[in-house]
Amino acid sequence: MKVLVPVKRVVDYNVKVRVKADGSGVETSNVKFSMNPFDEIAVEEAVRLKEAGKATEIVVVSVGPTQAQETLRTALAMGADRAILVQTDVETQPLAVAKVLKSLVEKEAPGLVILGKQAIDDDCNQTGQMLAALLGWGQGTFASKVAPAGDAVAVTREIDGGLEVVSLKLPAVVTADLRLNEPRYASLPNIMKAKKKPLETVSPDALGVDVTPRLKTVKVAEPAKRQAGIKVPDVATLVDKLKNEARVI
Amino acid sequence: MANILVIAEHDNASLKPATLNAVTAAAHISKGIGGDIHVLVAGKGAQAAADAASKVAGVAKVLLADDGSYEHQLPEDVAPLVVATAKSGYGHVLAGATSVGKNLLPRVAALLDVAAISDITAVLSADTFERPIYAGNAIATVQSADSVKVITVRTTAFETAASEGGSAPVEAVSGAGAAGLSSFVSAELTKSERPELTAARVVVSGGRGMQSGENFPMLEALADKLGAAVGASRAAVDAGFVPNDYQVGQTGKIVAPELYIAVGISGAIQHLAGMKDSKVIVAINKDEEAPIFQVADYGLVADLFKAVPELTDKLG
Repeated sequence: MKVLVPVKRVVDYNVKVRVKADGSGVETSNVKFSMNPFDEIAVEEAVRLKEAGKATEIVVVSVGPTQAQETLRTALAMGADRAILVQTDVETQPLAVAKVLKSLVEKEAPGLVILGKQAIDDDCNQTGQMLAALLGWGQGTFASKVAPAGDAVAVTREIDGGLEVVSLKLPAVVTADLRLNEPRYASLPNIMKAKKKPLETVSPDALGVDVTPRLKTVKVAEPAKRQAGIKVPDVATLVDKLKNEARVI
Repeated sequence: MANILVIAEHDNASLKPATLNAVTAAAHISKGIGGDIHVLVAGKGAQAAADAASKVAGVAKVLLADDGSYEHQLPEDVAPLVVATAKSGYGHVLAGATSVGKNLLPRVAALLDVAAISDITAVLSADTFERPIYAGNAIATVQSADSVKVITVRTTAFETAASEGGSAPVEAVSGAGAAGLSSFVSAELTKSERPELTAARVVVSGGRGMQSGENFPMLEALADKLGAAVGASRAAVDAGFVPNDYQVGQTGKIVAPELYIAVGISGAIQHLAGMKDSKVIVAINKDEEAPIFQVADYGLVADLFKAVPELTDKLG
């Protein structure tokens, strides 16, 4: 079974983002970028499936600017076999990405697509669900365990009240939650080897997909600032403040 | 004039509170453009949930799709029903941004070939909404030109609609039923006597500083005194101190209680994303440089193993 893993290049999760003064977005020049953390988990899961003999080939895909090649090389260094960059400089929104992925799925015919459950920049949590819808496949979102067996996959999902297990007919789409696994670090020899692995670049036009954003971002603003608080010297003062000043207990 | 459809979240017997927050968001949209609010209940033996929805203030009609295939509300089965319903004359489709809503609505949006708008925190007009991005470190105002707006609603950003006072008629509808793509196997729900985390008035959360799961009963004792829910940071969940549905943050639950007490939590960006809209934040941490103190209204630099029992005592 071939596994397709879409990955996204995002501002590194440790960076404290700054909103641009003109309200057009957040500052992304001279900022560290990395692979979206949920996508690292998706890649790791695919590599583990291959190591367990359940996957035969891992194809990683990114839709984004030329620099997303670095993100794909990282995935190759973790153990993916080859990469496809769908190169575009417009803002990638989930519906457009899902359509690009659908077109690649039709070409590559994977048995399983594993995505991250959300990107930490747009926080949408939509692409996997949309891809499953467009393909008419089952979806196992927020997965903390993935167990393919025969022509089905059992997915343990993190839900608000606890856990839920669903069984999906293959092929299917799975989105990874943080607790699915602990991604490995790419070793230096593997990083070197990754440079020789195939990386194909295509344009959305060549796939017949219009990636123009559908939602218009009118502006981006700083969230309301919290008032600076005070330090209290002891528990008694804390209780007093909560009772008499904040009146919350 | 198009109406507004709210997808009910329920367990077949009763409505989940997230539905009431979504109805309030729907009412904000309706204020600008008119249009009635209808609630769709898809389930099995879900008459009780539909009756509860019909009593919600502001709801004009309840659509009940009662079918064995909707019992666990699998998105593969429910999405086609929502799509068919939406096409019958709705301009907006809303649900709470819970694990159920986030699972279902993007699938609905793709089938309608429209963008989905996740986790809105404000309604500016019928087509313009605010939503947090970058773990809540920026607020984007987005505008949709799509014929149907498919939206999930951040529950803590909207009041709950009154669950009594309405008397909407319940109308039976039917859909295509099982799609045959997925089946429910089992669920393992965390049992708790305390209030639900996302709806609690007070939340007491523990982080890595708790050192082990055995120390959490100390927080539970404090929570019981306050009628609070117990939460946790990702560090505490990953270390196995508590189950993962306790997690507050960008990847866990978003809470906005009146009082949030963070114990032994440093305050990483991803944790703050889940709690910084709380009315009053208290931090108890022995590291006075911890970032949590930058958002805390009241900070206590102290050993939590001394301070928490003392706090519990003093509240007696």
